[in-house]
Amino acid sequence: MHNANYHAAHTTADAASLLASAEDGVLLAGGQTLLPTMKARLAAPSDLVDISRAEELRGISIADGAVTIGAMTTHSEVASNSDLQTAFPALCSLAGRIGDPAVRHRGTIGGSLANNDPAACYPAAVLATGATISTNTRDIAADDYFQGMFTTALKEGEIITSVTLPIPQAAHYQKFAQPASRFALVGVFVAKYADGVRVAVTGASEDGVHRWTEAEVALSDSFAAEAVADLAVSADGLISDLHGDGAYRANLVKVLTGRAVTAAG
Amino acid sequence: MSEIKMTVNGKPVRGDVKDNTLLVEFIREHLRLTGTHVGCDTSQCGACVVHVNGKAIKSCTMLAASADGAEVTTIEGVANGDLHPMQKAFNDNHGLQCGFCTPGMIMSGIDMVQRYKSAGKTLDEAAIRHELEGNICRCTGYHNIVKSIAQAAGEM
Amino acid sequence: MSQGIGAPVKRKEDKRFTTGKGKYTDDIRMENQAYAAFVRSPFAHARVRNIDTSAAMVMDGVIAIHNGAELTGDGIGNIICGWAITSKDGSPMNMGAWSALATEKTRYVGDAVAIVIAETKAQARAAAEAVDVDYEELPVAATIAAALADDAPQIHENAAGNIVYDWEIGERDATDKALANAAHVTEMDITNNRLSPNPMEPRSAIATFDEAEDHYTLYTTSQNPHVARLVLSAFYQVAPEHKLRVIAPDVGGGFGSKIYIYPEEIACLWASMKTNRSVKWTSDRTEAFLTDAHGRDHLTKARMGFDAEGRIVGFKVSTKANFGAYMSLFSSAVPTYLYATLLSGTYNIPNIYCEVLGVYTNTVPVDAYRGAGRPEASYLVERMMETAARELGKDPAELRNINFIREFPHQTPVIMNYDSGDFEGNMRQAMEAADWAGFAARKAESRARGKLRGIGMSCYIEACGIAPSAAVGSLGAGVGLWESAEVRMNPVGTIEVLTGSHSHGQGHETTFAQVVADRFGVPIDSVQIVHGDTDKVQFGMGTYGSRSGPVGMSAIVKALDKVEAKIRKLAAHLLEVSEADIVIEDAQAKVVGTNKSLAWHEIGLAAYTGHNLPEGMEPGLKEGAFYDPMNFTFPMGCFICEVEVDPQTGKTEIVSFVASDDFGTIINPMIVEGQVHGGIAQGVGQAMLEEVRYSEDGQQLSASYMDYAMPRADDLPNFEVLHHGTTCTTNPLGMKGCGEAGAIGTPPAVINAITSAIGNNDLNMPTTPAKVWAAINAARIAAE
Repeated sequence: MHNANYHAAHTTADAASLLASAEDGVLLAGGQTLLPTMKARLAAPSDLVDISRAEELRGISIADGAVTIGAMTTHSEVASNSDLQTAFPALCSLAGRIGDPAVRHRGTIGGSLANNDPAACYPAAVLATGATISTNTRDIAADDYFQGMFTTALKEGEIITSVTLPIPQAAHYQKFAQPASRFALVGVFVAKYADGVRVAVTGASEDGVHRWTEAEVALSDSFAAEAVADLAVSADGLISDLHGDGAYRANLVKVLTGRAVTAAG
Repeated sequence: MSEIKMTVNGKPVRGDVKDNTLLVEFIREHLRLTGTHVGCDTSQCGACVVHVNGKAIKSCTMLAASADGAEVTTIEGVANGDLHPMQKAFNDNHGLQCGFCTPGMIMSGIDMVQRYKSAGKTLDEAAIRHELEGNICRCTGYHNIVKSIAQAAGEM
Repeated sequence: MSQGIGAPVKRKEDKRFTTGKGKYTDDIRMENQAYAAFVRSPFAHARVRNIDTSAAMVMDGVIAIHNGAELTGDGIGNIICGWAITSKDGSPMNMGAWSALATEKTRYVGDAVAIVIAETKAQARAAAEAVDVDYEELPVAATIAAALADDAPQIHENAAGNIVYDWEIGERDATDKALANAAHVTEMDITNNRLSPNPMEPRSAIATFDEAEDHYTLYTTSQNPHVARLVLSAFYQVAPEHKLRVIAPDVGGGFGSKIYIYPEEIACLWASMKTNRSVKWTSDRTEAFLTDAHGRDHLTKARMGFDAEGRIVGFKVSTKANFGAYMSLFSSAVPTYLYATLLSGTYNIPNIYCEVLGVYTNTVPVDAYRGAGRPEASYLVERMMETAARELGKDPAELRNINFIREFPHQTPVIMNYDSGDFEGNMRQAMEAADWAGFAARKAESRARGKLRGIGMSCYIEACGIAPSAAVGSLGAGVGLWESAEVRMNPVGTIEVLTGSHSHGQGHETTFAQVVADRFGVPIDSVQIVHGDTDKVQFGMGTYGSRSGPVGMSAIVKALDKVEAKIRKLAAHLLEVSEADIVIEDAQAKVVGTNKSLAWHEIGLAAYTGHNLPEGMEPGLKEGAFYDPMNFTFPMGCFICEVEVDPQTGKTEIVSFVASDDFGTIINPMIVEGQVHGGIAQGVGQAMLEEVRYSEDGQQLSASYMDYAMPRADDLPNFEVLHHGTTCTTNPLGMKGCGEAGAIGTPPAVINAITSAIGNNDLNMPTTPAKVWAAINAARIAAE
């Protein structure tokens, strides 16, 4: 991999100023995507600003019916947090199936959201819960944040500090793993709130994570797997690759949504 | 270049490394602890797993600089005079053939047993297989690796 | 507990591997070491117009950059294929020239055109990127079909139509006649998917040139260091054999892919002389996908005829085999003598005919991968049998049973002469263990849960222990396939065995020592197995084709025979009895019926002091032997796989897997079972997960673990591994070999299970969930 200047930032403010002074700097969170990308010589930033040890960016707190997770909180910390396991087990379960145990010890929710891989798991939870992504400059609603594969509303130099997810009455994440990478071939997060149901789909679309609004309407009316059984999912715009074509992914979207609803109960 | 300091297998070490040096490169090339291996480029095979501050991580996917100040344990550091129960279990159950993935398997095995024990959860066969998602072995078909970790879980 | 033959002794080599003290090639650092990186073609087929190294040469740390013209200009020879195959019309195979560094044309993505030597690995890579190669892109043929098309590009000048050879075996007319008169003919088109071997240790090499001695040393990831030395000297002219030492230290798996001598090893050796530096190169995983020889990749049309009772009357097979861009070392033999000769399977088939078209494509060379030809044969035969049973409405076990060979030796119509086996016995044992009879109830229970359940069987046979030298020589092999061993008993009674076999996971340091322990009653800790170094070991043909047991250990037995004979003679002399009264056991030479004996060290000392030897006996206790096998060996067995399929997603779970094998004599059942486990896992990988895919323009689409699905722990069940052995009649220990069986027998068992579950036989490997789901839908539509 190409060389890059390394900087350890211990606060968000440090990180922001280091980024601002770098020629082509990027934030290094857990590095579980960025470093393999750099090793493949597909990214060659001039500077790496390591924020993984910024304590102010870590931690999980539950208040007012929502959970706030610091951007540098690792997947394993989310998966094993006992308060969260009680309040929002679907999120723990999702975090506990990202990558593998060693990846979960390094990978962070902030890194995952900033990267917005079209097959990543966290974006589905964040979008399905209508979460708020907080940065060093503003709050961004999930519906505005995800803007297509590897594209987000983040501006240059903007740093995610935390994510606040409203805790649903019931929720479940169904992941169907791509056999090689173990990313989501398709993943569906269903979240039921007093004012309706939200459904977010990852892995399937060429436009990245997205809501399945027809299913949301149907499930808001009747929160049962049968409610989505007769909905049609178009294969248009869905990813077609070695591991499954659009028609197969369309099928998975529907099957996994139904299963998520059943499992959410 | 940056100066980094860390504790590796209980001993303080330091090095002047290029900023893009991966932790595995520091361990293998600077410290010459060659038990930690590299088997892929995409953070999947797990041959490079070591413990950083007590947690299993993939040393091919962490910069050495990010481990500055950390406590690192490699395969060379797990035995304490006698073989670690996980090392012994791999020998007892024929949990290795070519040996290349073995250090990573043992480091992941120790990590998963410790995590399950501290969480008070049972590490059954299905759990071991799931926990091994990040470690690839081409020789054993995993059958005896699963047996090895199960044995060690009972002894650790 | 006994440490002899049959004891599940724990492995001696494990301590170094479990403590991180193994010594693999990349772990070694030489004085004065520099690093190599290769400039590789990004195009599958291109003319190299110019290589401009000016920018790269001035980069930090760059020592030298050399290209193919310089390499061939120095007299380095082309890479060879060591087995000559003759086409139907009597013409020799069309072997296109393969230079370690491509000169005029590149023929696959990854074909190297230059080697860069620099002080560090990073500098070498950066400079390799900066070498400016002017390529003229040429049309690409990335598949068999594309290479055989009328307008296909010509990949090698001397291979018209991209045909390597058009070969045949068996009786065409008799087979056609049998099929014409058959009561039923089963026809299938079968694809055998292309695989990448993926040993976990990537290939690596360190070459050192000693100018003062005019001598080269190569550390390399090889399954056969002596073969490497032979071809590097005799054919590639890198150095004469006595000036080249090849060391294969701990090697992290091979599965065939480390048999061959690759361009990188040749180029590093040559570059070490050019630069007077040790030159080290280690592949990364993507480079491994791009350059390690692939396996399989066959397209086959087959017809099998049956009489009214279900007896096979004829089998006609037409196969197209993808060779990739160049003919690798043993590539030509894989789809011919290692494949078509096994088409009789475990069955009495009076008439067999097979023709094989070898085809060049713009892809990585294809050669032997675990099983090599035999998995392709087994997959074909066992899918045909299963399909025929379904078409005939017969129980698949019974159809097999009425066709099993029961008398030995059995001469098939395709060269092989099976020496022994109990085919029905193995099948019955596997069926019992798999509760074959209870399947219907389990299927009903699955159905009640909305799942589809299937069971599938394969009764494979394979040929191991390659092979009688004269026989393979007559079939075109360029080498003899014997093995050698030397047994050295030291003055203190410890024993060293020097073997030409190479252990890269097989546990030879334990099993070979067990053979010695069994013979003399010495503890295995007093036996050291030495291998992998051409300066230490007299000679060797290496480890592949499950030959270390039947061939490698047979050589050790022959050397042990000689040592034992000398010990007997010496002991009889010292104890003043006749040789017939000496028994060797418990590490003593004892006189029968008395309490007279010599301790083991007393024998060693007597031999080496030479103070009191029988008339004419030379001092010392060191004997060597070369063993040339009498025949191939024929491991066989029955595998039964049971699966459950989720019809909504196509996801398949293997719920049980039983293997019952006949490996002949087993030295260490623990190690043998481990070999079977690993083979089954690779077979499941081929059946359900793995495939190398190319785009039309010859780019590999699956060149990392992000897209090439390696079997993981949660893809596999526990395996039930059983033995039902008969003794091989053609080698001294009665061994058949076990290294490849799992990979050979598994794919058809898995696919027969899945197709039975989903009710659609039109399914190709790997059975990804998407494919299975589509096949379920197709069956549903067909049924409606």
